Amino acid sequence: MRSKVVEATVRALRHAETSLPEWVLQMIRDASEQETSPLAKSHLQFILENVRIAEARGLPLCQDTGLPIFEVKMGRDLELDFDLRMAIEDGVRIATQEIPLRPNAVDPLTRQNSGNNTGPGMPDIIWELVEGRGLCITAFPKGAGSENMSLVGMLNPADDPFDFILRTVAERAANACPPLFLGIGLGGTFDLAARLAKHALFRLPGSSPMEMDLLKRINSLGIGPMGLGGDTTALGLKIERASCHTASLPVAINFQCWAHRYASEVIF
Amino acid sequence: MQKLVAGDVVYLSGRIYTARDKAHALMRSKGCPLSLQGAALYHCGPLIHKTRVLSAGPTTSGRMARYTEEILGLGVRAIIGKGGLPGEPFRGKAVYLAYPGGCGAAAAQQLKARDVHLKELGMAESLWEFEAKAFGPLIVAIDSHGKDLYQDVRASVQSRLRS
Repeated sequence: MRSKVVEATVRALRHAETSLPEWVLQMIRDASEQETSPLAKSHLQFILENVRIAEARGLPLCQDTGLPIFEVKMGRDLELDFDLRMAIEDGVRIATQEIPLRPNAVDPLTRQNSGNNTGPGMPDIIWELVEGRGLCITAFPKGAGSENMSLVGMLNPADDPFDFILRTVAERAANACPPLFLGIGLGGTFDLAARLAKHALFRLPGSSPMEMDLLKRINSLGIGPMGLGGDTTALGLKIERASCHTASLPVAINFQCWAHRYASEVIF
Repeated sequence: MQKLVAGDVVYLSGRIYTARDKAHALMRSKGCPLSLQGAALYHCGPLIHKTRVLSAGPTTSGRMARYTEEILGLGVRAIIGKGGLPGEPFRGKAVYLAYPGGCGAAAAQQLKARDVHLKELGMAESLWEFEAKAFGPLIVAIDSHGKDLYQDVRASVQSRLRS
C-alpha cells in the first residue's frame, strides 16, 4: 500500500512535468489562432512546439521543475498503517533522481540546497477530506517565476479589489511568463486569502460573468506573451471567496505561468 | 551587436555562459572566474543530467538587475533572459535578448554543455559554458541605441490602465 503511494507520486510528478493538460494546450492553440500581434503569435506557436518536444522526449517542459506542491483528497473512512506524508516525500526524492527534476528546495537563510526537493514544510501538501475510502494525489509543481510575482493586499473596504488586481497584473505580469493563469482569493484573512488563491489555481478555469469580465479587462491591457505586447495576457482565472471582517478586504493574487502543470493519480 | 535593432529576431551560435542569482553575487564579491569579454551571458538555471542538457529556458532577469552595470563592465555584449531589465545601461554597450519563457525542452535541443565553473553552487546556480547551435528565437528586446520594447509595452499598458 505504501509503495503504491510512492509510485503514484512519482508518476504524477513525471506526467505533470513532461506534458500539459489537453484543455490548457487547447487554450494556447486557440489564443495563437486569434492573436493579432505577429510576435505574440510566434511566441505562442513556439510554446506549443516546446510542449511537443517535451512530450515526445519525456523531458521537463521547463527547467524550473518547481517546488513540489500536492493536493491530496483523502476519504474520511480511509485507514492507513503508514505515514502518508512521508510516503509522498519519498516519492518526491525518487522523482528528483529518476525524471530527473532540478533540485530547487533551499533553506531560506543559509540558501543550502537539500538536493532532493524536500525539506522543512516541503513538499507542501494541501489535505482535503472527502466522503468514502478513496485516496487521490494531484501533483502541482510550481515554478518560482510566477510564484515570485504573487501578492496579498490588505485593502481598505472602500477600495475596488478589481482595480487592485488589474494594477498588480499590469505591474508584474511580464516577469511571470505570460500568457498567465490567475488564482484569486477574495476575502478571508491575510493567510486565508492566499490559500483561496492557490486553491483557485486547482479549480481553473473559471467561467462566471465576474471572472470573464476581469479576464477581458486584463487582456485589454495589451501586455501579451512574455510582456512584449499582444492580445493574450491571461488565458484563464478563477476567483474563490470567503467572508472577511467588516473592517477588512484581503485580496490575494497567485500568478501561474502558461505552463499550468498538474496531474492526478487515483490510488484507491 | 550594434547592427541589431529592437524587434529583430536572431539565432545565436557559439559559446554562451549561464549565470543567475548566486553566480552574480559571487562575481561581485570575488570576481569572475573567467573572461567574459565579448561574451553572451544567459540568465538560466538549467536542468542537467551528468553533462546532458535536459531543459534550459531563461529565468527572470529582473532579479539580476542590480548587477547589470558590473556585468556589462566585464565586456558582456549580450544578456539573454526573460522579462527584461532596465534599458539605460545597455546604451552603446550591449543588447538584451529575450528567449520565450518556460521553453526549456526546446532550448535544450539547441545547447550542449561544454564546461562548468562555480560547481559548488549546485546545478541551477553554477556558471555553465554552453555550445549553442542556432539558439533561438531570441527577440532583440533592448538594443544598444536606446530602444526598449518592454518599456514601450509598459508605457502603453499604463495609458490603457488610466483610460
